[in-house]
Amino acid sequence: MAKLLELTNVHSYYGHIHALKGVSLEVNEGEIVTLIGSNGAGKSTTLRTISGILHAREGTVMFNGKDITHTTPHQIVDMGVGHVPEGRGIFPKLTVQENLDMGAYTVNDSKLIKERMELVYETFPRLKERVSQYGGTLSGGEQQMLAIGRGLMLNPHILMLDEPSMGLAPVLVDLIFDTIKRLNEQGTTILLVEQNALMALSIAHRGYVLQTGSIALTDDAAKLKKNEMVQKTYLGIE
Amino acid sequence: MKQIAENPVYKFFLFPIGQIIVFSLGASLVLSLITVLLAYIFKFNVTDFDLVERTLLILPQVVINGLTIGFVYSTIALGYTMVYGVLEFINFSHSEIFMVGGIVGIQLMAYFEHIGVLSTMNEYLVIGLAIILAMAISGGLAVTVERVAYKPLRGAPRLVPLISAIGMSFFLQDFVRLILSLTTGEFNVILPKFGTFDEFWVIAIPAMANPLRIQIKSAIMVGVTIFMLVLLNFLVNGTKVGKAIRAVAQDRSSASLMGINVNQIISITFLIGGALGGAAGVLFALKATKLDPFSGFFPGLKAFTAAVLGGIGNLTGALLGGLVLGLLEAFSASYLGIFTNGAFGAEYKDIFAFAILIAVLIFRPSGLLGETVGQKA
Repeated sequence: MAKLLELTNVHSYYGHIHALKGVSLEVNEGEIVTLIGSNGAGKSTTLRTISGILHAREGTVMFNGKDITHTTPHQIVDMGVGHVPEGRGIFPKLTVQENLDMGAYTVNDSKLIKERMELVYETFPRLKERVSQYGGTLSGGEQQMLAIGRGLMLNPHILMLDEPSMGLAPVLVDLIFDTIKRLNEQGTTILLVEQNALMALSIAHRGYVLQTGSIALTDDAAKLKKNEMVQKTYLGIE
Repeated sequence: MKQIAENPVYKFFLFPIGQIIVFSLGASLVLSLITVLLAYIFKFNVTDFDLVERTLLILPQVVINGLTIGFVYSTIALGYTMVYGVLEFINFSHSEIFMVGGIVGIQLMAYFEHIGVLSTMNEYLVIGLAIILAMAISGGLAVTVERVAYKPLRGAPRLVPLISAIGMSFFLQDFVRLILSLTTGEFNVILPKFGTFDEFWVIAIPAMANPLRIQIKSAIMVGVTIFMLVLLNFLVNGTKVGKAIRAVAQDRSSASLMGINVNQIISITFLIGGALGGAAGVLFALKATKLDPFSGFFPGLKAFTAAVLGGIGNLTGALLGGLVLGLLEAFSASYLGIFTNGAFGAEYKDIFAFAILIAVLIFRPSGLLGETVGQKA
């Protein structure tokens, strides 16, 4: 399998705070890879470093054979890296449709945009009922659907999802995870950050465990699920 | 209903025009009523004529003067409010961008006069060319100022770019003065006389003793600003760039994750705001007939007040705020002397504008149409 994304010894900082202390990971074409870990372990920071909101001070980020360590976020998006941020990042005063339009900002083919929008509405019919409603007036679940739908508008090469299940009702969590799985089957590579480690490991191929800014463990998802430390710390199994 | 709202003719033409009419009439009506009420109250103070009658006599004229300057304030205020929307900072050099627009416009007309073609050219063409040139230069200047003085400070604490903006404002004033002194030997620029727009349209209204006198240049000012407001509405609400501007204003980091080049959008915002300021400068120059490098300060400050009054960051608010402020100024200029029997004159008109600013900041910090804005992370 071809390596799509590769982080080598990445160090990231927020001001003086050393948030990532030498993270190395790789995502292969067609995989679902999950990043699990507790609060503050650096999961979101890893995604932010990949998408260029934060730049690594040390180490390299390679995407599709190109060094993107110091590339700007909009260029990285243009290369096909979709990032659904933590807390959803919906534009509260844009309508649902305008939010989706923004997801396809780098796409110039209006026919393609229309097709993808139909696909998003098909996946999340709830959004279609709310097309002209402001993003900020949606419920939490609907906002999450919008955030993921917006990610799909780009039809990215790799989609990075940050806590897509956070604060959602169990029914919605199932819907979201089903969607992720289906996307992957259709060929999108997924990098998934989750606190719900059990769910994440059950759909992922491989997983990484982050602890205070560095990778503590990595293995196939099925094996990680049986790992004693993972079970104790992240799955709540004694 | 939904279909009507989505209809482009309604959305980009009827709705903004309707909004402008409602705001103009509404603000005029409210201030007129207050003034007439005050006239009844102050009636005892004036013995040699009937105060209420005198008030009503000049009222339509005052409203027209107020709206004329009000639209200019709105246009400048939009520049403040757009930049605040995307960067959450007050671009204090905007008043100088406005001044540069006015001076560029006048200098172009002076140049036409110099080469002897001014009197033979169509006057509207001259004004049109002056506005276009001023928009281009002011827009370009605003983008340059952003690149030089604000962009390097993007990550700094909020006070730092503010100080930089004030510094830029002083710099531009003196820079323009230097250039004018070097090229013309004097730093007042005077609008050359040409065309017929100094004349008045006299409209007789049967019910009133005085006919309504509308100066042609007032009509030009109002017409051009309304045209630009409608255009801006289309740009912001109907185009991809406009959507991107709003997206950047609402959530900059999310916008960059959509593939939006945030720096480019910020530049475009400065370009639009600066171009509006430049056009307003030319219109203001038509009325003021004389500008110097420091004449941007007061109109700028008032437009800023207008933006705060309407709710800073809110485009509709800037329109309303500008109209209210212009009307307030015209009303106080005209009536202060009459009501106080000459104790106070028109020179005290600015007290009202800034008293309003203070009152708004105390009682409704988010402005007339603004929502409570939280601090952005």
